[in-house]
Amino acid sequence: MAKFKTNKSKGSPAINTSSLPDIIFMLLFFFMVTTTMRENTLLVRVKLPEATEVQKLEKKSLVSYIYIGEPTNQTLYGTKSRIQLNDSYATVGDIQEFIAKERQARNEADRKLLTTSLKVDINTKMGIVTDVKQELRKASALKINYSTRKVLRK
Amino acid sequence: MAKRAAPEINAGSMADIAFLLLIFFLVTTTMDVDTGITRKLPPPVENKDENVDVKDRNVLKVLINSHDLLLVNGKPGNVENLATKVKDFMAIHPNNSAYPEVTEKFIPELGKKVPMTKGIVSLKNDRGTSYEMYIKVQNELARAFNEMKDEQSLKYYGLKYDQLVDDKKISLINKLVPVRVSEAEPENVGGQ
Repeated sequence: MAKFKTNKSKGSPAINTSSLPDIIFMLLFFFMVTTTMRENTLLVRVKLPEATEVQKLEKKSLVSYIYIGEPTNQTLYGTKSRIQLNDSYATVGDIQEFIAKERQARNEADRKLLTTSLKVDINTKMGIVTDVKQELRKASALKINYSTRKVLRK
Repeated sequence: MAKRAAPEINAGSMADIAFLLLIFFLVTTTMDVDTGITRKLPPPVENKDENVDVKDRNVLKVLINSHDLLLVNGKPGNVENLATKVKDFMAIHPNNSAYPEVTEKFIPELGKKVPMTKGIVSLKNDRGTSYEMYIKVQNELARAFNEMKDEQSLKYYGLKYDQLVDDKKISLINKLVPVRVSEAEPENVGGQ
């Protein structure tokens, strides 16, 4: 007589977890690829203003950033608003040189498309911003973007 | 010598290692997209005497002083209704001397003449104006023009402006509603 094995223990079978590492690795690679580490360490405090009518800034490689705000280390640098270019404080006079360098770092076809993103703290007075804008005009970097946070209209 | 089988590596902790790395990247990832208000600066003026004459009725003067107060065409205004004012000013009012002049412009894409306003919004700020207020005003101006674009876009294509995909359509709407905001040279009245 044939003997049938009857599985007496009716507990649910253990889930095969051997593919778990693969799934996790997939997620890991996704985050590794999408992560962008911050390029500049901020030396100025920048709290961006809010706006509703914002556009996305496409092509990050074609954007150069100018930061304006109060220094983070106020005991050392005071509370007057300063300009930061790359990794150091700068004055209004350095902007034309900065733009020239940024242009040189791009290839010829992209130079016209270079956008300058102004990341300015909300408490800054317009005087310094205007000076920067005048310098950008002189350097004919005319495409600018006032960086803002997007909020929905109330 | 007998060949010894290489012991199998226990891969059970692989998931833990991957998790650790995953959590690190999850924490450090910033997925912020840069957003902002894009503007085009006027090219540098070569000789300062070259003033463009614009009729007074064609200009909506928006002034922001060092106390962040608004003056719209000589009257105190506030940010909330600035967009409505700008839209009203830029709308077509034929034969009304209180509003800007209206010209007929031939648009080849439409094959007909379209009335266009000659109005310009002139924005002037003081050196003591706060950046926050300036952005608020810029935002309201952008809103006014975006709403006008939406209106034209709905009229011709039945879609809102930001839903248009065709480049030709977008450029036509931009032609119909040019963003005419001029920024005057700044003043220093209120001091820094």
